[in-house]
Amino acid sequence: MRLKIPANFRIIRVPCTGKVDIIHILRAFEKGADGAFVVGCMEGDCHYNEGNFRARKRIEQAKLILDKVGVGGDRVKMFNLSSGEGPLFAQYAIEMDNKIKELGPSPIRLAKQKKNKNAA
Amino acid sequence: MIIAKKKPIEEIIGEVENFDRILILGCNECVTVCEAGGKKEVEILASALRMNFMAQGREKTIDERTLERQCDHEYLEEIRADIDKYDAIVSLACGVGVQFAAEKYLTMPLLPGVNTVCLGANEDRGLWTERCQACGSCILARTGGICPVSRCAKRVMNGPCGGSTNGKCEISKDVDCAWQLIVDRLKALDKMEDYEKVAPIKDWSTDRAGGPRKVTREDVKI
Repeated sequence: MRLKIPANFRIIRVPCTGKVDIIHILRAFEKGADGAFVVGCMEGDCHYNEGNFRARKRIEQAKLILDKVGVGGDRVKMFNLSSGEGPLFAQYAIEMDNKIKELGPSPIRLAKQKKNKNAA
Repeated sequence: MIIAKKKPIEEIIGEVENFDRILILGCNECVTVCEAGGKKEVEILASALRMNFMAQGREKTIDERTLERQCDHEYLEEIRADIDKYDAIVSLACGVGVQFAAEKYLTMPLLPGVNTVCLGANEDRGLWTERCQACGSCILARTGGICPVSRCAKRVMNGPCGGSTNGKCEISKDVDCAWQLIVDRLKALDKMEDYEKVAPIKDWSTDRAGGPRKVTREDVKI
């Protein structure tokens, strides 16, 4: 297919989005990520029946926490698609990339950069 | 088990605002099972607090630790060697754990990270309901295994009262009438003769009315 996707995100593979926990999302931001998106199977198509529903709930909770700590819940999003939908994956990646660029760098990343600059 | 509910993060942020070195202390028992104060919740809270202060450009040490139990000397002793590293501890244990830790570490501020709710059961995924009020003198043998002390809003000993309608309590259509449940269960057990027996006046001195309670057992004391 050779689809173009933004090169500024890292793909972390999990056996099922049901494996993704709130802490995984929070850790990404704590380490300085500007955004994170979780891509699960279509709702109702989960091999483990409810893995993607579990993920959705956890993403919602992570959003609430990020809102409360001043990082912003908008930086996290969950998408659903089937494994055959490469173009849709590319589209979601571009959509997320645009959204994060619009939001700007995460306050955590800025704080880390400032700290490193002061240390240097 | 003891059921607890996470406190809102903003409340905890407010409590720890003035401390620079904080330990988030979880408990591996009841609060882990009811998903309020176990290792996972400790990780989440610690990460959220770190990010909150980082975003404000403030530097704080926020460490994580989860003990087997916080209501036992031997496990609480595990943190003694590290206690001087912190200015405050946020305990995600139930009220018992928070208080026991506070008694043990006299000069350490202890802040609760959960609201302790009741003694209950995990009725369904994400649903915990009260089953016991620890009244100190159990009457479940007579009431078909359903407790009117914890499940009847009036704690009626010979029910139901006039507020019972279609099996529901008058305080809310979502609350089962405990005495309806008792009658249904006694019927199923073919023990309706128990229902006819008038319950004697309950001795409430074993409940909270008699002041803080304690159990002393000479047979297990060393």
